[in-house]
Amino acid sequence: MSFLDVLYFIVPSAIFYAAPLILVAIGGVFSEKSGVVNIGLEGLMVIGAFVGILFNLLFADTFGGATPWLALVAAMLAALLLSLLHAVASISFRADQVVSGVAINLLAAALSIYLVKSIFGKGQTDFITERFSRYNVPFLSDIPVIGPLLFKSVYNTSFFAIAVAFVAWFVIYKTPFGLRLRAVGEHPMAADTMGINVTRMRYVAVMISGALAGIGGAIYSQTITNDFGHATINGQGFMALAAMIFGKWHPLGAMGAALFFGFAQSLSIVGSRIPYISEIPNVFLLILPYVLTIIALAGFIGRANAPLANGKPYIKGQR
Amino acid sequence: MSNRATNLLVPIISVILGLLVGAVIMLVSGYNPLEGYAALWNGIFGDLYTIGETIRQITPYLLAGLAVAFAFRSGLFNIGVEGQLIVGWFAAAYVGVAVELPKIIHLPLAILAAAAAGALWGFVPGLLKAKFHVHEVIVTIMMNYIALHVSNALIRTVSDGGDRTGNIFASASLRSDFLEELTDFSRLHYGIIIALAMVGVMWFILEKTTLGFELKAVGFNQNASKYAGMNVNKNIILAMVISGAFAGLAGAMEALGTFEYVSSKGGFTGIGFDGIAVALLGLNTPLGVVFGATLFGSLKYGALNMPNAAGIPIEIVEIVIAVIIFFVASGYIIRLLLLRAAAKKKEAK
Repeated sequence: MSFLDVLYFIVPSAIFYAAPLILVAIGGVFSEKSGVVNIGLEGLMVIGAFVGILFNLLFADTFGGATPWLALVAAMLAALLLSLLHAVASISFRADQVVSGVAINLLAAALSIYLVKSIFGKGQTDFITERFSRYNVPFLSDIPVIGPLLFKSVYNTSFFAIAVAFVAWFVIYKTPFGLRLRAVGEHPMAADTMGINVTRMRYVAVMISGALAGIGGAIYSQTITNDFGHATINGQGFMALAAMIFGKWHPLGAMGAALFFGFAQSLSIVGSRIPYISEIPNVFLLILPYVLTIIALAGFIGRANAPLANGKPYIKGQR
Repeated sequence: MSNRATNLLVPIISVILGLLVGAVIMLVSGYNPLEGYAALWNGIFGDLYTIGETIRQITPYLLAGLAVAFAFRSGLFNIGVEGQLIVGWFAAAYVGVAVELPKIIHLPLAILAAAAAGALWGFVPGLLKAKFHVHEVIVTIMMNYIALHVSNALIRTVSDGGDRTGNIFASASLRSDFLEELTDFSRLHYGIIIALAMVGVMWFILEKTTLGFELKAVGFNQNASKYAGMNVNKNIILAMVISGAFAGLAGAMEALGTFEYVSSKGGFTGIGFDGIAVALLGLNTPLGVVFGATLFGSLKYGALNMPNAAGIPIEIVEIVIAVIIFFVASGYIIRLLLLRAAAKKKEAK
C-alpha cells in the first residue's frame, strides 16, 4: 500500500468519524463560553442518537429519502429539551454544574434504553433502512489527490458539520450576540451592569449546545452504527468535550481537534489494515484523545484558558 | 427550621421526588407503578437470598461513595471513581490469578494491589491539580476512559486474547461459607466487613487526625489554609490518592468477592458514577455514605426483579437515581421552598 493509498483510505474515514464530534464540540463551546460547564454533552448526544434512530424507523415509509434529515431535526429538538433541564438546574437552581451534567448523562442513558425496551421489547433497535447517502461531489472529486481525499463518496453531514464550525466562529467572534455571550462567560457581573440579561444568555447558550449535541448524536447513530443500543454512544460526548478543551474553547480549534480525534478513532478501527499502524497495539490509539487532552490541559501544548466564570452560577448582587 | 434539619431534608425530599418521577414515567409508558415498586421491594427484601445479594451489592457502593465523599471534603470532585474502580478490579483479579500464596498473604496482597492501582489513578489528577492547576473533573473523566481501554487490553494480554481472566485462586477470595449459609447461599462475602471498616477509617482520618483537619481546612478555604502554613499541594494530592484507594477497594470487592474474575467491558460499570449520588445523599459524611450506599445498592439490586415480576425495564431505577442526583444538586431551590413554607407557617401563627 503506497502512502497515498493509505491517505485515501484514512482521511475520508477520519472526516466521517469527526463530523459528529465537531458538532458536539461546538455545542460545548457555546455552553462554556457563556459560563456553563456542560459535562452532559454525552447524555445529550445519547438522546440525539436515540431519537434520530427512532424517528428514522417510525417515519421511513412516510418521508422516504428525506427521513434522515428530518430525524436530525427531531433529535435536535429532543436534546434541546433535555438540555433545558441542565439549564434550569445549573442556571436557575444554582446546582453544581458538574453534578447536574452527570445527572443528565445518567438520565439520558437510562431513559433511552428504557424507551427502547418499552417500544421494541428488546435491548436495541432494528437497523434503519433510510440512510444518508454517500456521493461524489461533481467536478471537485475529479481534482487529482485532493478529489479522492476530500470529495469522493462523502456524506453531506460532514460538510454540514464543517460549515457549522465556521458559522459558530462567525457568531461568537463577529456578532453582538457573540460578544454578549463571551462577556457573560468571562465577567457576568460586568455584563449584567451593561444591561445584558445573564440568565437569558446562558439559557440560550445551553440550548444551542443541546441542539448541536442532539444533531451530532443523530448523525453518529445514522451514519456509523445505524441502530441504537446501550453502547451506541460510548464516550463520544466526552471525546467532544476533550476536543473543545484541546481546541482551546475556540470553534475552529474545536473543529481541528475533533478532526484529529476522528483520525485517531478511525485509525483504531481501520488501522489493522494499514502497514506499520497495524503493529501499534490498538489500545494506544483508543486512549490517544484522552491522553492528549490531559497533556493539553497540563499546559504542554500552549496555555489554554477556560472562560473565567465557567462553572460558577451567577448570583445577582454577589461580588 | 434549623440549618441542620434542612440539610437532612434535602436528600430525603430528593429521594421522594425521584420515586415520584419514576412512578409518573412508569404510568405514562403504560406500566403500573404500584406493581413496579412492589417488585422492587420484593427484589430487595423478598427473602434471605435477596437480602444477602442486596448487602453484597451495597458493598462496592459503600466504597465508591466514600471515595467521592472523601475527595469532596477536601474540595475536590473525583469523577474518576469509575476508572479507579476498574483498575482496582483488574489489579486485584490479576494478583488473584497470577500467583498462589497462603491466604494470609495472598488476600491482603490482592486487596492492597487494588487500593494501590486506584491510588495511582487518583494520583495523576491530584498531581496535575496541585502542580498545574488543571481542573480534576476533566482529568478524571479522561482517566476513566484510559482505565477502561487499558484494563481491557491488559485482560486480553493476561488471558491470551480472551475476554476474561480465569477465576482467582481460592487463597485470594473473599468468599465466606458462613455468610453464604446465613443468607440462603447468596454471593454475600467478607467484603462488607472491609467496606464498613473503611467507613470507620474515613471517619477516623477526617475527625481524629491532623491530616484530616488539614484536608477539611483545604476543602473549606485553600487560601486560608495556605496562610495558616499548610502545604495545600501535598494535601490535594494526598486527598486524591486516598480517594482513589477507596475506589480501588470497591473494584477489589467485585474482583475478589462477587465475580472472582475480571472480564473486558464494553462500557462503564456505573458504580463509580452512582458513588457521586451516594456521597451527595450522604452529605459527604461517613455515616451518610452508609445510608446512601444502602439506598442505591438496594435500588440497583432490587431493580433486577422488576422485568420478571412486573415486566418493567430495570432502567427505570437508573432514571430514578438520575432524578435524585438532579434534585440533590438543585438543593438550593429545595432549601428556598422549605424556607418559604416555614415563613408562611410563621405568618399564619
